[in-house]
Amino acid sequence: MARKKGRMSQEVNAGSMADIAFLLLIFFLVTTTIASDKGILNILPPKQDPNVPPPEIKLNERNIFNILVNANDQLLVEGDYRENANGLSEDVKDFLLNFGNPDEEALSLFNSLPQSLRNRAKREASSSDHPMSGGAVVSIKTNRGTSYDVYLEVFDQVKKAYFEIYGERVGLTAEQYRALTGKTPAEKELMDRGKEGIPMAISIAEPDKIGGN
Amino acid sequence: MSKFKKKTNTSQSIPTSALPDIIFMLLFFFMVTTVLRESDILVEQKLPQMTQLQKLEKKTLISYLYVGKPKNTALYGTEPRIQANDVLIGAKDILLWVNQEKDALSEAERDQITISMKADKEVKMGPISDIQFELREADARKLMYASTGRLEQD
Repeated sequence: MARKKGRMSQEVNAGSMADIAFLLLIFFLVTTTIASDKGILNILPPKQDPNVPPPEIKLNERNIFNILVNANDQLLVEGDYRENANGLSEDVKDFLLNFGNPDEEALSLFNSLPQSLRNRAKREASSSDHPMSGGAVVSIKTNRGTSYDVYLEVFDQVKKAYFEIYGERVGLTAEQYRALTGKTPAEKELMDRGKEGIPMAISIAEPDKIGGN
Repeated sequence: MSKFKKKTNTSQSIPTSALPDIIFMLLFFFMVTTVLRESDILVEQKLPQMTQLQKLEKKTLISYLYVGKPKNTALYGTEPRIQANDVLIGAKDILLWVNQEKDALSEAERDQITISMKADKEVKMGPISDIQFELREADARKLMYASTGRLEQD
């Protein structure tokens, strides 16, 4: 008789264990934050020696793309008033790829660019010479009262212009280019090829002492 | 016919014993990939939303600075403050803090230190530029403006 009872299924009912595990899982989902180390990378200039005057870098005015943001978060881009930073990246791209007065080196860079980027070259004499070092600089100047959000927005747009150029050179979208980590040699090669000859020249000026604390 | 009838006598419950295992696997995945916050954040944190985000690779090289309006305004006032580790500091203390953070790293990695600045949206550029100036002095030049993602609009 006892034998017959033993033949019935002896499985422990584990259905409620799933519920308990679910509770634990949901607890962890709610209490933890997935560490998001994402952001906009900026390399600060090296510190100034107070005894040595800052080096005078001779740049033509046309080689500087001026972006001013005042304490009311209004923008002045190359002398023109703007309400917000939308579409700024296109202007920056036009400026960088202007090739107004390229030297021989810059010409060979120009010839190495893909057709879509070459088409953007307007060859305006009033804009930048070439995107190589010393040929085109984007300058961002703020007040102390400018909000961080607007400043970052402008910075974001300028970075976008650069990443789009880099990406287009190696046949990627800006997003794919940004995702490159340089861990594998193939990725490193792509990164270097995108950047080659076009350094990210973003100058961030000391803010004015107006409208802040 | 009678043969078929006999079969229906067997138990019809679906074995669910594998279900807890699956859930546990999910649970462990979450436990491993997430980190518990190691310090209380004393300042408000609403990160700005940007599009051109990059990810940092080496987590050990990152030190965090939190900037924003203090949550406890009765104690710390309403002006934006800087939090490093667990305490609120002034801009002048950043130099010391960076050097402490650098000491914790190995010799070869010291100059690769990255500061991730988690600043609130509402902060003005004044405190931010003070921090940037101090970081230059401290020779910690890789700075990341931490922000959350946003879809691009054209």
